[in-house]
Amino acid sequence: MKILVPVKRVIDYNVKVRVKADQSGVDLANVKMALNPFCEIAVEEAVRLKEAGSATEVVVVSIGPVAAQEQLRTALALGADRALHIETELNLDSLQVAKLLAKVVADEQPGLVILGKQAIDSDNNQTGQMLAALTGMGQGTFASKVQLADGKVQVTREIDGGLQTVALTLPAVVSTDLRLNEPRYASLPNIMKAKKKPLEVKPADSFGISLSSNVSVLKVTAPATRQGGIKVESVAELVDKLKHEAKVI
Amino acid sequence: MAILIIAEHNNQHLKSETHKVVQAATAIGAQITLLVAGFSCQAVADEAATINGVSKVLLADNAAYQHQLAENIAALVSELGNDYSHILAAATTNGKNFLPRVAAMLDVAQISDVIAIESADTFVRPIYAGNAIASVQSADRIKVLTVRPAAFRAAETGNSAAIETVSAAHDAGVSTFISEELTKSERPELTAARVVISGGRGMQNGENFALLNGIADKLGAAIGASRAAVDAGFVPNDMQVGQTGKIVAPDLYIAVGISGAIQHLAGMKDSKVIVAINKDAEAPIFQIADYGLVADLFNVLPELEQQL
Repeated sequence: MKILVPVKRVIDYNVKVRVKADQSGVDLANVKMALNPFCEIAVEEAVRLKEAGSATEVVVVSIGPVAAQEQLRTALALGADRALHIETELNLDSLQVAKLLAKVVADEQPGLVILGKQAIDSDNNQTGQMLAALTGMGQGTFASKVQLADGKVQVTREIDGGLQTVALTLPAVVSTDLRLNEPRYASLPNIMKAKKKPLEVKPADSFGISLSSNVSVLKVTAPATRQGGIKVESVAELVDKLKHEAKVI
Repeated sequence: MAILIIAEHNNQHLKSETHKVVQAATAIGAQITLLVAGFSCQAVADEAATINGVSKVLLADNAAYQHQLAENIAALVSELGNDYSHILAAATTNGKNFLPRVAAMLDVAQISDVIAIESADTFVRPIYAGNAIASVQSADRIKVLTVRPAAFRAAETGNSAAIETVSAAHDAGVSTFISEELTKSERPELTAARVVISGGRGMQNGENFALLNGIADKLGAAIGASRAAVDAGFVPNDMQVGQTGKIVAPDLYIAVGISGAIQHLAGMKDSKVIVAINKDAEAPIFQIADYGLVADLFNVLPELEQQL
């Protein structure tokens, strides 16, 4: 069985982002970029399934500028077998990304698609669900455990009140939550080997899909900053302030 | 223009998130229909009919909808949704699960985690873990939105809207429910609580979280946790507050032994008053806390419980 893992290049999660003065967006010039943390977990899960003998091939795909190939190489160094880069300079919506991925699914015919539950830049949490809808597959979102057996995948999902387990007919889409696994580090020999693994490039506009979005960003602003607070010296002072100054208890 | 809201419930009770989505929807200014999809859930529909601002409740009572499987709910909502200009659900794990599927089936974009509604087509949402706020305008024929409950107050009740039955039964047949393991708690729900007290890595172990119980009882608070505390296995993950956990905006948030990483702040920085208790005076949490106490939490917590 083949596993397809869509991955995204995003700003590194440790970077404190700055909003541009002209309110057109967030300043991404000279900022450290990385593989989206949830995508890293997705790659790890796919590689583990291959190591366990449940999968034969792990294919990673990324949609974005040429620089996204760095993240594909990272995924290859983590154990993916080959990569597909769908090149575009456009900032696509989840729906357009899902449509492109649906075409890749039609070409590659994976038994399982594993992706991250959300990208930490747009915080949308949509692509996996949309891909499942477009391909008619079942979806196991926010997965904290994935088990393959008898042509089905059993997914334990993190839901608001606890955990829920569902069984999905294959092929299916799974999106990863943080606790699914702990991704490995790429070793130096594996980073070197990853440079020789196949990486195919296709322009996004060769897929015959309209890449224009109906959603436009009017402005991006910094969140309201909080008033600087005070330090109290004792518990008694804290309780007094909460009772009489803030009046919240 | 007409608005369809999908109710959040457990087949017995309507959840308070629904009231908040209704409140958000009133800002769009159109008739609001509430859909209750579940199994043996007449009581939920009755409760839904009491929310002010709702003009009609649709009840889809079928075994296929019992566990809110996204494949089945999305098929129902996308069929009904064609008659509406807006489809809204709460940005809970449930809403986040099925609504993007609905949007894709209707071939429109979804706008996630809306925190303010500026007009019928312009919405405000946080991006980059809440470090930037985007105003977006949608030209789609149907606007599909998840609404962040913490950003809106709950709509009042007292209404008696008409309830209509929807017979459509959709079973996509690709997914089945196996089991559920819900965390039992007598305390208020994290996302709805007026006071939240959270522990982080500084709590050192799961047993020490018991130090928060007495304080939570006295304040009627819910207990939360940072990702570090969850990853270390101190507490279950559904207690996690942050970008990848729950987003809360209580009147009072008490962070105990939490350093204040960006991802944690994304989940609580809209709280009205923030208190930080940490022995590291340099911890980033002090930069956003209204009241900070630099001290060892193991000394402070018993004293705090006593003085409340």
